[in-house]
Amino acid sequence: MEVSITVNGAKHSSEVEPRLLLVHYLREVLGLTGTHVGCDTGYCGACTVIVDGIPIKSCSMLTVQADGCEVRTVEGVANGPELHPVQEGFWECHGLQCGFCTPGMIMSSVALLERNANPSETEIRQGIEGNLCRCTGYHNIVKSVQYAGAKMRGEDPKGASSEVAS
Amino acid sequence: MYPPNFDYVAPTSLDEALAALAGAENTKVLSGGMSLIPLMKMRFVRPTTVVDISRIPGLDDVTDDGDHITIGAMVRHATTASHPLVQEHASALAEAANGTADLLVRNRGTTCGSLALNAVAADQPGAALALNATMHAASVRGTREIAAADFFLDAMTSALAPDEILTKITIPKGGVSTYRKLGRRGGSSDYPIAAAAVWVDVSDGSVSDARIALNGVSSTPYLAVGSAEALVGSDGSADAIASAASHATDGVNVLEDLYATVAFRTHLAGVYVRRALEDVLA
Ligand SMILES: Cc1cc2nc3c(=O)[nH]c(=O)nc-3n(C[C@H](O)[C@H](O)[C@H](O)COP(=O)(O)OP(=O)(O)OC[C@H]3O[C@@H](n4cnc5c(N)ncnc54)[C@H](O)[C@@H]3O)c2cc1C
Ligand code: FES
Ligand code: FES
Repeated sequence: MEVSITVNGAKHSSEVEPRLLLVHYLREVLGLTGTHVGCDTGYCGACTVIVDGIPIKSCSMLTVQADGCEVRTVEGVANGPELHPVQEGFWECHGLQCGFCTPGMIMSSVALLERNANPSETEIRQGIEGNLCRCTGYHNIVKSVQYAGAKMRGEDPKGASSEVAS
Repeated sequence: MYPPNFDYVAPTSLDEALAALAGAENTKVLSGGMSLIPLMKMRFVRPTTVVDISRIPGLDDVTDDGDHITIGAMVRHATTASHPLVQEHASALAEAANGTADLLVRNRGTTCGSLALNAVAADQPGAALALNATMHAASVRGTREIAAADFFLDAMTSALAPDEILTKITIPKGGVSTYRKLGRRGGSSDYPIAAAAVWVDVSDGSVSDARIALNGVSSTPYLAVGSAEALVGSDGSADAIASAASHATDGVNVLEDLYATVAFRTHLAGVYVRRALEDVLA
């Protein structure tokens, strides 16, 4: 089937099998391997991308379902060499260890901050509810999102993330 | 993991979708895909044709229709959970949708898909029973209405024929309802180990009508008739609630699995009926 999908601002027209999952389209057809496959069952969220503004699990969506949609992946969040505030937050607050969950965590966090500029700690934990991390215990991920939120609101990001009890 | 090959159609009208379902053997409706796609990847289901209904206009609305509200086939769990009409008139369903899976799954999965599938322990079928929802099914043969009490037949089995689409559900207004569950991971997310959806109507200080549904307790959700009988006509006191809770699993084949023994799950059923009733009768 012929699909036309905009990924990180670039329009792609491709001939795909109906069974091709969106995550495989991104990784194998477009070569965007930032989006990870963790569990391949819909549970872990490593494959999270944003489709038409809404974060979803790309291992459980067919490419043909995304025909005509606008997809954002972790490769598209930075502004050239300048990290997105969420990426900077993960860097500054040690929000990752092995990094396998990180692309999905970043996409859920970006989507969260786009709909809620000033989330509480509980709202941040709810916002990444669909993303599992085997390493960090989530604590520094929450700090990273707080850092990013503060930076995006024009506040001092270092102050924001230290408020989390450690 | 790729699903096996299949033909895919994404009609833009209901009539086309119904014709596609009637015209081929071994078809499946695709709405949110949050169960169908994993099931296809695991080869539990192998449809030859998948009919994606997400491009049919007009199926994604929640509307106020006088004495009832209507939830269309493509209304996602996230919308059911947060929509003011559902929260006001069918709070048990809003709460059940909010406790379904995780945020990313709720962004895709649909309330009607969850009802059509009737997975063991699924959250929203119990709420649909307690709220006395009506299922509206369409096929090339016409449309029909199915009462929730006649809809959930057995594990992964609803009353829908293979060529039928659940186009919408309607829920009568009135009464108060809530949903209480024990999730497998302790909190409210993920499938319940046991859950109760209750609906009561109270007038002049006494319970004039009640429906109590349990899901996660048996292979399919059910109405605990004995619990409702114990409650109706009472003053809704702690004693009446305790009596209702004691009938939560009457005549029911209680499930045993990794999460709970029969005895523990029977106990939980009573606890969650009691907690839900305490909430609506407080
Ligand atoms: C990680 C994960 C966790 C989950 N946790 C929970 C949970 O805690 N609680 C819970 O209740 N559910 C849970 N689910 C299941 C989820 O709620 C699904 O969204 C739901 O079961 C199916 O809805 P869907 O719209 O995605 O349907 P689909 O996956 O598209 O379809 C499911 C089935 O229903 C049929 N169908 C769908 N829509 C219609 C229709 N309108 N008319 C006729 N037939 C139709 C399909 O043919 C298919 O057989 C979870 C799923 C995942 C991936
Ligand atoms: S790889 Fe998609 S949810 Fe785990
Ligand atoms: S950093 Fe290793 S899984 Fe999250």
